[in-house]
This record gives sequence, structure tokens and C-alpha cells, in this order.
Amino acid sequence: MKKAMLIKNGRIIDPSQNMDVSGSLSIKDGRISWLGGKDETPPSSNYETLDAKGLVVCPGFIDMHCHLRQPGYEEKETIASGSRAAAKGGFTTICCMPNTNPAIDSKAMIDYVKSTASAEAAIRVLPIGCITKKSAGIELAEMGEMAEAGAIAFSDDGMPVLNSRIMSQAMEYSLAFGLSVIDHCEDTSLSEGGFMNEGIVATRLGLCGIPAATEENIVSRDIALAEFTGARLHIAHASTAGTLELIRQAKNNGVNITAEATPHHLTLTEDRVIGYDTNAKVNPPLRAKKDVEALVQGLKEGVIDIIATDHAPHTASEKLCEFSLAPFGISGFETALGSLMSLVHNKRIGLNALIACLTSKPAKIIGERFGKLGTLAVGVNADITIFDPNLEWTVDTSEFVSRGKNSPLNGEKLKGKVMVTIYNGKFAYKDESLAVVSK
Amino acid sequence: MKTLQQERKIISPNETVSQTAEISWRHRHILDLDDFTPAEIEHVLKTTDAMHEILSRPIKKVPALRGKTIVTLFYEPSTRTRSSFDLAAKNLSADVINLAASASSVKKGECLIDTLETLEALGTDIVIMRHPSSGAPYTAVRHIKAHMINAGDGWHAHPSQALLDLYTIIRGCKKDFKGLKVTIIGDIKHSRVARSNIWGLTTMGAEVTLCGPYTLIPRGLNDPQGYFPKVNIETNADKAIAGADVVMALRLQLERQQSGLLPSIREYVSLYQVTKERLAKAKPDAILMHPGPVNEDIELSSAVAHGAKSVINQQVTNGVAVRMALLYLLAGGNQ
Repeated sequence: MKKAMLIKNGRIIDPSQNMDVSGSLSIKDGRISWLGGKDETPPSSNYETLDAKGLVVCPGFIDMHCHLRQPGYEEKETIASGSRAAAKGGFTTICCMPNTNPAIDSKAMIDYVKSTASAEAAIRVLPIGCITKKSAGIELAEMGEMAEAGAIAFSDDGMPVLNSRIMSQAMEYSLAFGLSVIDHCEDTSLSEGGFMNEGIVATRLGLCGIPAATEENIVSRDIALAEFTGARLHIAHASTAGTLELIRQAKNNGVNITAEATPHHLTLTEDRVIGYDTNAKVNPPLRAKKDVEALVQGLKEGVIDIIATDHAPHTASEKLCEFSLAPFGISGFETALGSLMSLVHNKRIGLNALIACLTSKPAKIIGERFGKLGTLAVGVNADITIFDPNLEWTVDTSEFVSRGKNSPLNGEKLKGKVMVTIYNGKFAYKDESLAVVSK
Repeated sequence: MKTLQQERKIISPNETVSQTAEISWRHRHILDLDDFTPAEIEHVLKTTDAMHEILSRPIKKVPALRGKTIVTLFYEPSTRTRSSFDLAAKNLSADVINLAASASSVKKGECLIDTLETLEALGTDIVIMRHPSSGAPYTAVRHIKAHMINAGDGWHAHPSQALLDLYTIIRGCKKDFKGLKVTIIGDIKHSRVARSNIWGLTTMGAEVTLCGPYTLIPRGLNDPQGYFPKVNIETNADKAIAGADVVMALRLQLERQQSGLLPSIREYVSLYQVTKERLAKAKPDAILMHPGPVNEDIELSSAVAHGAKSVINQQVTNGVAVRMALLYLLAGGNQ
């Protein structure tokens, strides 16, 4: 961008600097060049202006958990389509899970994702490497080479590592590279054949349930292993009140643990499955009200460190079938902010705390190997999200940029919408209603 | 979508049954009894009386559904339910096509919706479907205009069975559902018959007790949010049967033992089989029911299966009349 850009008179919220002010900022050469108070203007006068009155200006969102499906399942999503959908959702950095085909379990595959992303992606895509080769849970993947090539963490997401010896060794081995092991905690011997949360709704619908203990079993095992090995453990998509309690305890005991929750687990309950909506079929399943409340409380208290979408796109025809046959997953990028803002509007969590869970906190887990992320500090890459906290809009999945239209929120009204996403100083997404004025 | 609370409201057991006014039939499909009011169930039972009368004639055929095409689409093997529907449709002079699709063809990705759209294009008026996947008919009706009768979906519902059970209870021997003590014994967890009966019986004001080992009783029952009717749970068969007006045993799938839900069929028999001794603890005029087919000497001893209290054969006979009533009502017979 040759001309500088001035984003003026927004509410600038940057948790990395404890900042919540009404002010303006400017972008030059892809970086944040100036930050100033209300009605102040930057020293240079050659700039375009974007009026952010009534809008929140914050660091670009970071999603530590998504599925881009490439290579192998391009009918569901690609790095190009997924990254554009993420940009529309306000994300400037997304971390993709390695359960592709072939799986991202080697340096060559990390290189493939990185080169495809740099050629085709709208935003920054950071790969997560497998814990075990092909995520088969048998032999460790080459974590060292993957770390050097740019993996930001290791996970066999979707295919939990059930063998405790392998998990323990994976944690020990990962220590040398300082990266987290992310576990999808599911005791599959207990969840096998299950389609939704175990409980009265499953009973009513006659669907085989997935008990909360399915998750808690493995969370408690992983905590014990993390304590034993000293490794960095990150719990993916925490969904039950029991999991929250385990993480809380582990943190109190000094275990090196972080945890994420998804927008759908924070805002939707198992009731969504009534009517057998396959778009509400997700793993871990939407849980009971008490679990959702515990998660929100955990988010407020910091037991849950970050919010991650677990964006899991599927084709319409895959979801257009009997409930038991449909694949698990929700397409989550484009509804993330709108659903999460309900927590702010209902006064369950503060706006700054919510933004921290989407920006500075995931940045801290990822580290600074890819530059400073999740901040509006002067001098860093300009990754900026601008959203209207009060704009009401109706979800229409046919307008999704993602190839995955599988959202249980189709037709629903959300309050809070991303207007602009700037990645490295350039527009990755801009709502049509917003004009940039050349001075 | 209606909320659960709204649904609960319309099925409140306290609602009085309208005995006089003809109700207007509002159901496009019959998927379960959870959305039936007491008056609607009563209406089905009354319509069944009329069908029963037809069945007692020397020529058991009326032209009510002449020119209508009815398809039975069964993704699971069935003898009773299927032949019962087949006969019911033929007694009403409908044209019937019986399609058997194997459960394996579902897994191979043969699309349910495609199949139904094809049936509809062929001019089908009513589809009667049995499917191993709970909720399959709910998915189906979002895509077709034909009427649907759920002839059993997974563990979820089997409304025509529950209606024939209600009919057998009330026209056979019992005066009123109100306060009637019904004990359902066996594998409740995996039973669509049990679920639909629980809805139907409690809607009509009966008191339901479920009996079986905890591994065969579904979770979360009596949740205060009212997602499902209130029931009693009693793991001891003698206690559960004591004082019952109706004892309903369920078929035990023998593979339950292999999946670790039961230590042995032997122990199940000793703890839960309805025997002469156990049945003697029920009310003197109690009846014994079973949806069939019976595993004799497992759920029921042979003696009670063929004993004086057994109404198992009446259930089969009433099944045809109830299904005639349902087809008649769906095809617009009420207008």
C-alpha cells in the first residue's frame, strides 16, 4: 500500500497494551505507523481515510483451531476458500489442523501448506503438525523437522492419541521444541457409536449418547502426563463442566496447560439437536446448559485461555442425510464474532476480555516466531479487525464464503458483525457498506 | 421449531379429553406421539373402532383409499409391522408397493432423500418407513410432500405400535387410562416401542414404571426441564410388577450381552423374566403385553406368553385396525 491509511475515531481495543480508547491509527507500508487520540491526525498528510465511528478497532483475530481440508478434501474447503471465509470472520491468523489426506505429518507437508498459503491464502495460515505419523497413534511424527519448517504445535485432532505411552513420549519429545501438544480429548472406547451429548435430550431423541466422561477421562490423563513430563499441553475444544474443573485444578497445581473453547460450545446447548438437525452434529457434541454455563464462567475467569472456532466445513450433501450418518462438524469462521458477542450483550463477559481471547492470548501461545501477533503496537504488521458490536444481521449460509455451509445458525439473527479485516496492511475483507475516502 | 416447553404444554396429562367434539385432524405425518394431545389419541382410538367393525365383516374391504398409492419402505427386516400395514392398506383398497432396502445400502451412501423423491415422482401418497437411524423420518419429511408414517426409527419411536397398545389396553380390559399402572420391563434404552408408549401412556394419564438393569435404562430421565415424560424407575422386577394393571415386556436383542450391557442372558432371565410367579404379584385382572416377536423363555416364560393374562395376539389383530385408522386419517378421511 503506497498511500498511508488512517482509521479514524474508532474505539481502539488492544488487550496486549491494556488499551481501550477512542482514537485513530494509521497504517503505512503494511505496518502500524501511528496511534493517536480522538480527532488527532498523523504527521504525514497523504492518506486515505476510513471512518470507524461506532466501530471497534482491534488486533486481527487469531484462530488456533480450524480445518482447511486441503489436501485431500477440497470439496469441503481449500486453503484459499477457508482463508477468505476466516477473513470475513475477522481472522488474520489461522492455524490449520493436520487431519488432511495425506496428513500433515512431515516437513514436506508443512512446506506444502506454507507455500500454498503464501500463494493463495487471504491471511496468515500457520500449520499444526501431527503428533503421530498419519495420526495413526502408533509412531511419533517427525516433530523436530516440522517445528523447524514452521509447525506451531502438534495435534492428532479428530484421532485422539489413546495409547498413553505414545502420548507421554510425544509430550517428552515435543519439549525440545517448546511447542504445545494439542489434544482432542476423547476416550473413543466410551464415545463409540455416539452422536450427541448423553442425557435427557439424547434419551428423548433415541440417539446414542457421548457422555461427558468421554472427554474428562482423557483430559485428566493428559494433565497427569503433562505434570509428569513438564510438556506444554493445550486442551482443544473443552466442552464439559468437569473438564473445566480439571483444568482449573491443573492450573492451580502449576501444570503447563492452556485450553480453548469454541463459539458453539460457549453459546449453544444440546437442545439444538432436537429436530435432528445434522448441522448441530459436532464433536465434542453440544452439551447441557450447565456445561455451557461452566464454560462461560471458565472463560471469564481465565481457566479457558482462548477461543478457537474448530471450523469444520463439510459439503451440503454429506450433511443432507440421516443424523447417524452425517459427519461431525460446524462451519464456524463466519459466525464466530456474531455468536460470541451475545456473551457481551448478555453481560456474561466483558468486550475487552473477549477480544483478548481472540487476539493477545492466542498470540502468547503461538509465540513470536512468526513476528508479533495479536497487537496494535506501533511498528508491527498491520493485522487489524474492525467490527460493529451492535449491528444486527441474519445468518444466511448460502452467502458463506466457506465451502462448508454447515451451520446450525442459518436463519438466525446475530448482533455484532465484522466490517473490515486488514492483513499486513491490506484489505482481506471489507463490508460493502463501508467506504474508504481518498483525501 | 417449537420449544420443548411448548410441546410439553400441548401434551399435558392434565388436559381433559374431549369426548364430544369432533377434532380437526392436523397431522400431516405420524412420526411419534410426542406431539399428540389426549383428544387426538382418543380420536385415533375411536376411528380404530370403526375399522375394527370393518374387520369383523365377511368381506373386510372398503373403498376408502381407492386410487391412493402407499409405499412401505423398510430399511430393516420386519414381518409383523410390515404385513400389518400392508393388510391395513389393502383393506382400504389402496395400491401398495412394498420396498425392502437393506441397511447396508444406506451405509453405501444410497441417499434416503433421493429414494423418497423418486417414490414421490412415482405418485406415492403415503410412505410408511422403517429405518435403523433415529430421526430418519424427520429428515425425510423436510424434503417430500407425501404423508409419512414412521414404522420405527432406530431407538426413537414406533407410534403405530404404541397406539395399538393403547387400543388393546383400553378396548380390551381397562376402563380408563387415568391412574392406570403400567410396567414396562426389559431393554428400555434401545426400544422405540418403549419410548412411544411412554409418550402415549403418560399423555393419556397412565403411570409408567420402567424396569430393567441400569445399563438398559436411558439416562437423564425425570430431568426437571421436562424434556421427557415423568416415569418411575424400579430395577427390581418383583417390586415393579407388584400392583401393576398392565405388564409390558420388551424383546431383548441377544447381542446386548456381547456388548457388555448384561453379564449373561441367564442372569437376565433370572432377574427380569416375567414368570407366572412374578405376574401373580400384579393386580388380579392385569394383562400381559409384548410387541413381538417374543424370545420365549427369555423375556417371558412360555407359560405366561400363552397364559390367560396374555393379550399378545389381540395386539396383533388390533394392529391392523389401528393402522387402517391412521391411513384413513392421513388420507383425509376425517373431512
